[in-house]
Amino acid sequence: MAELTYRHAVARGIAQEMERDPTVVMIGEDVAAAGGVFKTTEGLQARFGPERVRDTPISEQAITGALMGAAMNGLRPIGELMFSDFLMVCWDIVANQIAKTRYMTGGQVSLPLVIRTANGGGTRFGGQHSQSLEAMVMAIPGLKVVAPANPRDVIGLMAAAVRDDDPVVVFEHKKLFAMKQDVPDGEIVDRLGVATVVIPGSDVTIAALAAMVPVAEEAARRLKESGVSAEVIDLRSLVPLDTQTLLGSVSRTGRLVTVEENPRLCGWGAEVASIVAEEILWDLDGPVVRITTPHIPLPSSAELEDLAIPSPERVVEAVLRLQ
Amino acid sequence: MVTVVTTPDLRLTLYRGMVRARYFEQRVYDLFLEGIVKGTTHLGLGQEAVAAGFAAAMHPGDMTFCTYRGHNHTLLRGAPMGALIGEMAGRSIGICGGKGGSMHLTDVPKGAMGSYAIVGAHLPIAAGAAWAAVVRKTGQVAVCFFGDGATNIGAFHEALNFAAIWRLPVVFVCENNLYMEYTPISAVIPVEHPAADRARSYGLPPLIVDGNDADAVHAMATDVIELARRGGGPSLVEAKTYRHKGHSRADPGTYRPQHEVEAWLAYDPLRIYRDRLLEAGIAASTLDQIERESMSEVDDATEQVRNASPPDPATLETDLWADGGSSWRN
Repeated sequence: MAELTYRHAVARGIAQEMERDPTVVMIGEDVAAAGGVFKTTEGLQARFGPERVRDTPISEQAITGALMGAAMNGLRPIGELMFSDFLMVCWDIVANQIAKTRYMTGGQVSLPLVIRTANGGGTRFGGQHSQSLEAMVMAIPGLKVVAPANPRDVIGLMAAAVRDDDPVVVFEHKKLFAMKQDVPDGEIVDRLGVATVVIPGSDVTIAALAAMVPVAEEAARRLKESGVSAEVIDLRSLVPLDTQTLLGSVSRTGRLVTVEENPRLCGWGAEVASIVAEEILWDLDGPVVRITTPHIPLPSSAELEDLAIPSPERVVEAVLRLQ
Repeated sequence: MVTVVTTPDLRLTLYRGMVRARYFEQRVYDLFLEGIVKGTTHLGLGQEAVAAGFAAAMHPGDMTFCTYRGHNHTLLRGAPMGALIGEMAGRSIGICGGKGGSMHLTDVPKGAMGSYAIVGAHLPIAAGAAWAAVVRKTGQVAVCFFGDGATNIGAFHEALNFAAIWRLPVVFVCENNLYMEYTPISAVIPVEHPAADRARSYGLPPLIVDGNDADAVHAMATDVIELARRGGGPSLVEAKTYRHKGHSRADPGTYRPQHEVEAWLAYDPLRIYRDRLLEAGIAASTLDQIERESMSEVDDATEQVRNASPPDPATLETDLWADGGSSWRN
């Protein structure tokens, strides 16, 4: 057991898989010699050599296209998109090519690849370097989506993503890179599609993802002081989605609040809410409440950005209104 | 450049390839009019010498990446004709089980690594497959075909730069048929040659070949493929050719001047090659036999498609994921 930051967990997770499997390689802008602009891949090139850890030009279509072609021909490549916002400049390769090719070829083509990308706001970067795009990726059939909320899960979910035979987009949250946690030594491997009950409770279920998990946890602590027992679920994976854990919890508590960093329309919570409405409506004791960023691009000013992104205060307020 | 000696056997292989591709696509055209082939088709009629010349120069493990105008390339890497037409007809015998259609013909075991229908998207993918060949030391070469219109899209330039700096074993082949869909390519590029005039930007020599001359294509293909296999890096080849039909089923091609169409029809790759083989002393009966056998193959394939069932409804939600299913929740 040793203390590890979220950013160092990224490199440890990748190293764990590269050590185990010589077909795992990694590319991206500034990931090799420089160790990544967020220092998430430091030391990997020195350890695994310039052929397996390699810098690319600023060419997101070339990066994602290369991942796809390499995966078709026997590698398990990992590629970094420096900011998730850059998904937009290679969305054709990701959504039209990588996502659809297995289905369109009748299962002939396997694409065991990982796209890692720094996601989310709270860093005052403004509207083109702060988006939470997990729901956009979730909406495309053929892509799996994970978003770890702590250093241990970064390792476990990275390993699960690399070992999966389908394309997986791993959203690393920029606001969490400095987060520290005691992480067990040795290999850590998770399964995709398993949510975690972070805090057990009985009055309300709060479902959250990535940087919204600590927000939900803080809200639960404050709610406890008000006598409300909140259960916090870290979804961890949007595709596949652990609906059993979620529906089991909501059936027990009778209330659901989603905490989403994405803008309002078509966030992951909308899908979760519709599943709850279709399948366990009669177990509910009140309306499903979605807490999201307003339907705006994220502003850069600290005061405005903090207003936009869901806070523990907003979660507490919403839950108390439900009681 | 190496001078390739074109042997009689090789010449018959090239001729057979072009005849098979021609008869096959003519039949696809007829079956569309009959309502059996559905959706759309983008025929490569008139461009067969490029497909035949490159296919004959590739090794079995080499990888072909092509566009929606890729019926001929997929066929000539060895995909079975009945399964290709079956795919265009949406039948259960289709090479992709009816899930891809005309624009996505793929036969991975044969090295036909896919037909890509978003212009330019497959250039970086081909580069990636070539990168894996380097890392795994397989000796494979990737050959990537695309049209003149693709030279104006970003992925073309990203892929050329990427392949050049990593010296990847990939051959990019621009089939310049003079029109990007309905617009003359000359109206949308500031240079004369859409691919060759861009090659220097990526440290590559400009290579132009007569895309209607199967011998010339094969010689060029052999040179650039073996250069790539030896570790000499990528090449960009511009093959000048012409499509006999419009861009797709919906296009009669009336924007092309009649004299231009007539001139290119007279410069038909099959006709000029047949004449050349006869001049070289190959018996007409040998060529006749190739034509008969090819027509018989097309007839057999057509019969298979006519008798084929539609896809099993149970396959609708299969093969999204590697586990064979499409589940997104537990």
